Amino acid sequence: MLSSESLQKIDREIAKYPADQKQSAVMAALAIAQDEKSWLARETIEFVARYLGMPPIAAYEVASFYNMYDLEPVGEYKLTVCTNLPCALSGGVHAADYLKEKLGIGFNETTPDGRFTLKEGECLGACGDAPVLLVNNKRMCSFMLPAQIDALLAECK
Amino acid sequence: MALLGSISPLLTTGWSQGDAGWRLRDYEARGGYTQLKRILSGNMSPDDLIAEIKKSLLRGRGGAGFPTGLKWSFMPRSFPGDKYVVCNSDEGEPGTFKDRDLLRFDPHAVIEGMIIAGYAMGASRGYNYIHGEIFSIYERFEEALDEARAAGYLGASVCGSAFAFELFAHHGYGAYICGEETGLLESLEGKKGQPRFKPPFPASYGLYGKPTTINNTETFAAIPFILGMGGDAFLALGKPNNGGTKLFSVSGHVNRPGNYEVPLGTPFATLLEMAGGMRGGRKLKAVIPGGSSAPVLPADVMMETTMDYDSIAKAGSMLGSGAVIVMDESTCMVKALERLSYFYFEESCGQCTPCREGTGWLYRVVHRIEHGKGRAEDLDLLNRVTDNIMGRTICALGDAASLPVRSFIKHFKSEFEYHIEHGKCLVDPAAQSAGSGFFRAEGSL
Repeated sequence: MLSSESLQKIDREIAKYPADQKQSAVMAALAIAQDEKSWLARETIEFVARYLGMPPIAAYEVASFYNMYDLEPVGEYKLTVCTNLPCALSGGVHAADYLKEKLGIGFNETTPDGRFTLKEGECLGACGDAPVLLVNNKRMCSFMLPAQIDALLAECK
Repeated sequence: MALLGSISPLLTTGWSQGDAGWRLRDYEARGGYTQLKRILSGNMSPDDLIAEIKKSLLRGRGGAGFPTGLKWSFMPRSFPGDKYVVCNSDEGEPGTFKDRDLLRFDPHAVIEGMIIAGYAMGASRGYNYIHGEIFSIYERFEEALDEARAAGYLGASVCGSAFAFELFAHHGYGAYICGEETGLLESLEGKKGQPRFKPPFPASYGLYGKPTTINNTETFAAIPFILGMGGDAFLALGKPNNGGTKLFSVSGHVNRPGNYEVPLGTPFATLLEMAGGMRGGRKLKAVIPGGSSAPVLPADVMMETTMDYDSIAKAGSMLGSGAVIVMDESTCMVKALERLSYFYFEESCGQCTPCREGTGWLYRVVHRIEHGKGRAEDLDLLNRVTDNIMGRTICALGDAASLPVRSFIKHFKSEFEYHIEHGKCLVDPAAQSAGSGFFRAEGSL
C-alpha cells in the first residue's frame, strides 16, 4: 500500500515517541502517505491506522481535522495563498486574484489539465514576506509579485 | 533585526549572518552551549536556576505573558515518572512570524534553552511542535538536533554528566488551535487538536498524562542569554515587571515589514520608525499590537504607548505574541474585521457550542455589513453574540474571536454605521486600492 521508503520514514517518526505511544506518529505518517499518493484516500488512511495499531476512525479524525491533508484528489501542484489580514494589507488578495486569472480557476478548484489546484490559506506564519504562498505544503514562496508568480508557474511544468 | 540604542542584540545576535549562521559551530562560536556546560558542571542547582529566571521577570513570549520562572516552579520535580518539556513553535496567530526566524537563524539557542529547562524541571524528554506550513524550518531543526546529539548535548549523558535529555521535533499540519497548549498536547498524542478542560493543568497532567511544561520558542531562546548575563541584568534591559528584550513582528502598511528586537518599554513610535515608517507616507489609522486576537487600538492611543505588557494592557489591548499589525488611513475597518472573523470561524475546533456557532454568527453578520446588507440592529447583535461566547468556552479562541469584533466596533463605530446606512465604504475604494497597493509600494522590496 505504501512504498518501503515511505514505511522507513514512518518508522523513523514512530521512534521519536515512547514505545507505547505510536499514535503520536499519525500526523507524520499521514503526511508521508500523502507525499507518496498525492492525496489521502480512505484506504490510505486505513492502511496508516493499521500500521500504527490505531482505529481507522481515529486516523480519519486527524486527517479531516488538519487543513493540510487533502481528502480529495488535487492537482500536481497545490498552491496555497495566504489572504489573512496582515498579508491582505500587503497584496495577498491581489496575489490570489492574479493566480485565479492566470489559471482560470477559483479557490478549491483544479485546472482541467490537472496541474494546479488553488487553495486559500490561513496564516502561513510569514506575514513579513507577504504576499506568500505555499507549493505542495512544503515550499514557501515569499514576496510573490506578478513577475514572481509568472516565474513560479513557468517552473511548475 | 536591528536594535536601537546602546544595547546589543540578544535573541537576534546570530541573525546578522542570515542563513549562514545557524549551525552548531556558529552557535558555539557565539558562546552557545556555555551556559548548559556551566550548569551541568555543578555550578547551579535546579532551584538556583529557577530563582535566576524568576529574577529576570521573563514573561511567556507566546501570548499570555505568564512569568516563566513561576511556571517552571509548578513542575513536581521529584515526581518519579516521565516528565516532559514542550516547545510551542506552532506559530499561527495572524501577524506573528518571529519564531520562524528564531528557528531559521538560531535553532541551537532554542535547543539549549529546552535542555536547560529539562534540567531545571527534572524532565528527560522534550518535543518541539513546529508550525505545519514552515517545512524547511522543521527540516533545519531536525538537522540541528542531529548536530546537538552528535556533540553530546543530547542523549543519555548530556555533556558527560548524569543528566539525560532527548529532544525531538514534531511537525504540525495546519490547525491554529494547536497553538493553544492543551490542544497542542492532544495533537502531539496523535489526535484532533481540541483543547482540554483545565484544571488539571499540564504541570500535573500533560503529555501522555505526565507532568509537562509548555513554553514558546522565544521564551526558550531567551534562557541561555538570561543565564549568561544574570537575571537582574536581563530585567534591567526592559522595565519593572517586563524584563528583557522582545521580538516584534511588524506587518501591514509599513515600509519594512519584519522582526525587530527591542527592549520592552520601547515607544511604539520608535518601533514604527525602525520598520521604515508608514508605506507611501500615508497616515497611521490603527494598530493591532499583539496578534490578531488582541483588541485594535486607534493611532493616537498607539503613538502614546510603549511596547510592554503593562503599558499595552493599560491602553486597552494586549502585547500578546508581539505581532504588530499596522493599518493606514486607506484601510476599511469593516473589511479588515471581516477577514479576521472569517479566520476564527474557519479555525474554531468545533468543540464548544458558543465558539463553533458564535464565530459563524460573527463572520456572517460582519460579512453582510461589508457587502451592503447590514441591518440597523447588527452592531448590537454582534456585541450580544460576543457576550454569549466570552468566558463560556474551554479555551481562549472564543475570546480571541470576540475581542477584535468588540474593539473594531468600539473604536471605528462610524465606519460600521456608514456601511449599514449607505451600503458602502466610508473609505473611498480608490484610496483603499491605492493604499494596500497592487502588491507593494513601488521600490519598497
